[in-house]
Amino acid sequence: MARRSTPEVNAGSMADIAFLLLIFFLVTTTIEKDKGIARQLPPKEPPTDEQVKIKEKNLFIVNVNKNDQLLVEDELMELKDLRQAAVEFLDNGGAPAGSPEYCSYCKGDRDPASSDNPDKAVISVQNDRLTSYKMYIAVQNELVAAYNVLRDRESERLYGWKFTEVNRAIEEGTYNGNEESAKEKLETIQKLFPQKLSEAEPKKSGS
Amino acid sequence: MSKFTKKKSSELPAISTASLPDIVFMLLFFFMVVTVLRDDNLLVKNTLPKADQVEKLQKDRSVYIYAGKPSERYEDKYGKEGKIQIGDKFTDVSNIKFALTEARQKLLPELQDRVMVALKVDEETNTGLVTDIKQELRDLNMLKIIYITSPGNEIDSQ
Repeated sequence: MARRSTPEVNAGSMADIAFLLLIFFLVTTTIEKDKGIARQLPPKEPPTDEQVKIKEKNLFIVNVNKNDQLLVEDELMELKDLRQAAVEFLDNGGAPAGSPEYCSYCKGDRDPASSDNPDKAVISVQNDRLTSYKMYIAVQNELVAAYNVLRDRESERLYGWKFTEVNRAIEEGTYNGNEESAKEKLETIQKLFPQKLSEAEPKKSGS
Repeated sequence: MSKFTKKKSSELPAISTASLPDIVFMLLFFFMVVTVLRDDNLLVKNTLPKADQVEKLQKDRSVYIYAGKPSERYEDKYGKEGKIQIGDKFTDVSNIKFALTEARQKLLPELQDRVMVALKVDEETNTGLVTDIKQELRDLNMLKIIYITSPGNEIDSQ
């Protein structure tokens, strides 16, 4: 039998098929970029007899009740004022000049009844079990913002750029310049205002 | 003489579309590679709270925990109380450890020690539930957590 020549396959519709697939994947793609507030939990340790004593004046107590109301240092407060109050507390630098705790870069009121220096200052958040998660995150966000305000100020004074901007640029890989030295500088700033957020175990509801 | 006169065709030459499939295929492969088909079927409501002081999540080393009220479709079955979801199913607080260990084993071995727990919690959940999860995480010694939020600011939206 004579060999029949095979007809050529028409590839004209290839583009159409590819387009169809392309559109399907275009539609289903969700390039997720999750962002959030990162936290380090305290490790579980056997209870020790030695209690770390923190002076009352170095403690900034933020209390959130089950109706999402804020009690800051025994005073009722709106959420929008929290950032400023936290900045004032951290930046106070109440230790007298000449003492080892003296904070040379603080620009606060230097009220001896408030925090000695940013290294000693601790912010303690206490929640009710019935506090809404929305409020919880809002409070955490404001407190982180307070630290970022101060870190921005110091990095601008020392290096001429903003802490948060450089931090973000490094994270995204868009920082042009010496990354290593920038990271070192970031750490220096972090040491000036170390983030000391403590979380108390929430009280049982209703109290 | 006429040898050197250029032949002027009055028509424009047609643009060749022969390479169009190649271009399209290239795009197709790109999207095929970056596409992640949703791996978790959400059983809970998940409206994330807003925050703007955020960091990026490193996806390859994270384990997701969802929490919130069961979504409307599942309300009859599971009630309206806040629930925890890991992977594809609801988990009890006492069961978190087991479910998380399982989830951790799916990660790359060299990253398992540096695992980060991403908490995707609905904004209407009670903080008590989150605290319970955190206590379990401390027991498991998975101390790095990240509260996933959506961009925005709570104060501006009030």
